[in-house]
Amino acid sequence: MTPARTHFSPLARLLHWTMAPLIVAMLFIGVGMVASVSRAHNTLVAIHKPLGIALLLLVVLRVAVRITRGAPPLPADMATPQRIAAKASHLVLYALMVAMPLIGWGMLSAAGYPVTLYGPLHLPPIAPHDVALFALLRALHTWLAFTLFATVLLHLAAALFHGLIRRDGVFSSMARSDR
Amino acid sequence: MTQPSVPNSEPRCVPCRLAAIGALVLAVAGGFAYTAGWLTPARLTTSRLINTFETVAGQPHPGYRRNHAKGLCVEGYFDSNGSGATVSRAAVFAPGRTPVTGRFAVPGGNPSAPDTSSPVRSLALQFQLANGEQWRTGMNSTPVFAVHTPAQFYQQLLAAKPDPATRKPDPAKLKAFYASNPETLPFQNWVKAHPPSSSLANAAYYGINAFRFTDGAGTTRAVRWAMVPETPYAPITDAQKAEMNFLQADLDQRLDSGPLRWHLILTVAQPGDPTDDATLQWPDARQHIDAGTLVLDRTTSQENGTCRDINFDPTILPAGIAPSDDPLLAARSAAYALSYQRRTREEALHPAIHQTHANGDRS
Repeated sequence: MTPARTHFSPLARLLHWTMAPLIVAMLFIGVGMVASVSRAHNTLVAIHKPLGIALLLLVVLRVAVRITRGAPPLPADMATPQRIAAKASHLVLYALMVAMPLIGWGMLSAAGYPVTLYGPLHLPPIAPHDVALFALLRALHTWLAFTLFATVLLHLAAALFHGLIRRDGVFSSMARSDR
Repeated sequence: MTQPSVPNSEPRCVPCRLAAIGALVLAVAGGFAYTAGWLTPARLTTSRLINTFETVAGQPHPGYRRNHAKGLCVEGYFDSNGSGATVSRAAVFAPGRTPVTGRFAVPGGNPSAPDTSSPVRSLALQFQLANGEQWRTGMNSTPVFAVHTPAQFYQQLLAAKPDPATRKPDPAKLKAFYASNPETLPFQNWVKAHPPSSSLANAAYYGINAFRFTDGAGTTRAVRWAMVPETPYAPITDAQKAEMNFLQADLDQRLDSGPLRWHLILTVAQPGDPTDDATLQWPDARQHIDAGTLVLDRTTSQENGTCRDINFDPTILPAGIAPSDDPLLAARSAAYALSYQRRTREEALHPAIHQTHANGDRS
């Protein structure tokens, strides 16, 4: 690694672009499946659970990659409030990417549901069967999902602002390699 | 994207670019709001369905199920004889015993409703399989359901909405609903020809919807099931009709002299039998499999029994049983989940909610 690296590593970019559409899909699936009384409800629930666990595995890898490989520095001419906003929003994104699947898993556990993945394959509970805990986690799952969605939109807008208006290399640091 | 941009070069038409970014963000946010049902007030969503249940129930009953609110918990087990394994590889059908938690209930959103408020009773069960899987089912004492689709179910609910003046459903509205929905005829005819039983113990309970059973060789068949009582049927008596609450006392009395038994009868469809329409029975000549015996040996109150914290979502199934294309199944799953979400929230916010009820109203 050269100290003056301007782009994310290929693995970091692969993880970002794999997870980004999946996370957006999860948010739409989640909000759609709880609203729908059509057959789509069953299909969406059957996707939501295993996809959530897949995203949990991916985010564990991603946090490890981020910690070991870091991120390219932000442009020197960025104002301090913008820098703080950038760092804080990324911290929120990482925290929610870890928290959402864990809360989902914990909430199913607290309700006494089997955490089914595919066929007879299911995960053990990570919380006791306790409806007060379920009520808390269920509410958190919704409100943190809305927070994650809002943060993703902010992230999208900021990325495009960097890419289309500031054109300062921040967007391309994740969009392509430095070659 | 092949040419690297020159850092900090002045972009053309900054307002156009800002507008494009804004439009994209708004489009994604709008799509999200649309998916959630927030932009389409006329669309039948889960919350609209449950809100209507709450309206029909009249006053709020915090901590209780939004439908089949009146009930009691039962405990027991299922002894599989192995015959079910010919149609499903689910572990519950291998010979052996599976613990069961269940709940008898009366339809409607009022936990203090009279036992005779509906001709229908229900039995919900959760089979806790040794491998960690679960089979949950909610069964009714009628072999056919009144309506075919969630939309029709919603219309039926609206027709049963209490009139603000009389606080009772308007019979003319219900009549009009049945008249304009001939799919309800098999249900109406069945109820007319079969008076409710004198006990929870001597009724059969039917799985309502069809399911897809897959055997060990990978063959899938459509199956319906019923719990058929060993206790002989007897119709409800006139004395019982005059009583508000007789079902629980009757059940407790019967259980004092020993456990109660039902046989799990699987009915296997032939090609062409409807799997997506709970209003239609299959012909009597279909293959029936007696898969084993459900034994219920004790009751507990629904305010503190083990069934209280269970959502009997009929789509929670072990491998070897899957939902059919019946449109009611998904609607049941979605609606039960929201009912569970709301009542557990009420319990969490008001932990004493059931203690006040448990004294006066044991129903």
